Amino acid sequence: MSEANASATRITPGNALRPEDIALQDAKPADAVARYALGLGDDALILAQRLGWWISRAPELEEDVALANIALDEIGHARSFLTYAGRAWDKTEDDLAYFRREPEFRSVHLVEQPNGDFARTIARQFVVALYQWELYSRLVHSSDPTLAAIAAKAVKEVDYHRDHATQWVLRLALGTEESRRRMIAGLRLTWPYVEELFTDYPLIDEVGDAGVRPSELRESFDSAVRTVLTEAELEVPAVPGAVGGGRLGRHSEHLGYLLAEMQVLAREHPGASW
Amino acid sequence: MTATAIDTRADHDAAGEKVFNDIIARDSRIEPRDWMPADYRKSLTRQISQHAHSEIIGMQPEANWITRAPSLKRKAVLMAKVQDEAGHGLYLYSAAETLGTPREKMTEDLIAGKARYSSIFNYPVLTWADIGAIGWLVDGAAICNQVPLCRASYGPYGRAMVRICKEESFHQRQGFEILLELANGTPEQRAMAQDAVNRWYAPSLMMFGPPDEDSPNSQKSMEWNIKRFSNDELRSRFVGMMVEQIKVLGLDLPDKDVRFDEGTGRWQYGPLDWNEFKEVLAGRGPCNAQRLERRREAHEEGAWVRDAASAYAARQAAKPTTTKAA
Repeated sequence: MSEANASATRITPGNALRPEDIALQDAKPADAVARYALGLGDDALILAQRLGWWISRAPELEEDVALANIALDEIGHARSFLTYAGRAWDKTEDDLAYFRREPEFRSVHLVEQPNGDFARTIARQFVVALYQWELYSRLVHSSDPTLAAIAAKAVKEVDYHRDHATQWVLRLALGTEESRRRMIAGLRLTWPYVEELFTDYPLIDEVGDAGVRPSELRESFDSAVRTVLTEAELEVPAVPGAVGGGRLGRHSEHLGYLLAEMQVLAREHPGASW
Repeated sequence: MTATAIDTRADHDAAGEKVFNDIIARDSRIEPRDWMPADYRKSLTRQISQHAHSEIIGMQPEANWITRAPSLKRKAVLMAKVQDEAGHGLYLYSAAETLGTPREKMTEDLIAGKARYSSIFNYPVLTWADIGAIGWLVDGAAICNQVPLCRASYGPYGRAMVRICKEESFHQRQGFEILLELANGTPEQRAMAQDAVNRWYAPSLMMFGPPDEDSPNSQKSMEWNIKRFSNDELRSRFVGMMVEQIKVLGLDLPDKDVRFDEGTGRWQYGPLDWNEFKEVLAGRGPCNAQRLERRREAHEEGAWVRDAASAYAARQAAKPTTTKAA
């Protein structure tokens, strides 16, 4: 199957880097690189956890399939980033996902936001996908070969997520009065969490060429957003940005509940394998 | 048309019926545009739509554990499995649509409680081990039922089943793998696995439908080459497979009466509670109301999204110059 018509997740090119391969690598990331990878992995993990809720609840069966695909891609990225990060501290992806406490997570507030209705989920998807595409398309040039390889796989998949979210923003914005009202509300609820994505944090200086400076992504992101919202006959929401801090371990009120659910079974059986 | 024109329909039907009967006699395939008896169409529509509904309702019990899956690999596998079930529902609704009933109508019948789906999905999925037991026993029973359907006389159904069976085979293996890991795990994990097998064994045997003497639709279905083996025959075959596989798991089947009967060449099993089966089928199972409500909710709350997509598509179609949309 050619790359052009490959689905977002089902096609794993034979030589793509899998988390299992990363676990077997000799290379250990520097501590700063590991902490950087942890943040990107946590974003993908928390988003996958949110999206997974939709499977069996979507507005149409085709969307159950699509949202599941996106969730699967994100969990794949999470597993790769967390596996790689964990090598610095002799921890597995599951040690990191299931046995860290809330302040030890490094996800941004945006991915922690509740699903809300379909329009709110699409608004969050729209922002995340555009942001992750800008990020990964630069991270492929990382001086750290493993991060570059993870990004090379992820950027292709996130490109489909961009397309999926963009098409839905257009459909909902230009569909019916109700869908337009909901799309506008979804974007307004999402926009306070955009600023944090592009705010530099101290670790970025330590990571150097291995990472991507968030503030450098802003211009391309804004331009991509404007293109879609113009076609959708919508304005960029004029709402104040919320105080972030996810990269420093200061989270939204939502994360604790999400982690309680995600971690409950693993924590009931510490040391067990599944 | 003149007043003296004869009703050609009867002739056409007679010719059509002959062709139909020939195709069945040759064990070949009926295709959507072929003439078919009204009962054949009705019976297939019922069977395929029930099968589609089972896939869609069947997503719920497993989706219930996606957010709590105990490792990231298991979470990914479970998501992919439930996603496959949505895909199976889609192929099957499409196959049923070729018989003339739109998906929207089938969905409405389902949420109105007018259509049936496999009773097994009305049992609660209480522990992680249930995810293993469902894959191993429920998908295992489904495979036994479905492999012969790959040769069903109706082409679109048979072809959909080929793809579905391939994926189901993965599902069963992942279920077995979950149970194997638990059976070799901590004492708590092992107990969890045995408990799940205990609860899912009898309901999975009942998935093959009532005993042969009490299965009204079976005979016609076999004459039409839709069904190839009787309920009891398939059930017995399934028990034979499970007897061997449980040994590898090192767990026990909760049935002291399992034995191979040399005389009949079939595996025997203990009595099944057909009253329970009828109760669950009649809507009085542990989760019937919950499953239907969840489907109704997703469908109704999604209505505005589907309306928006239709309105947008109409608007795009009305544009003089079309812009490329993916």
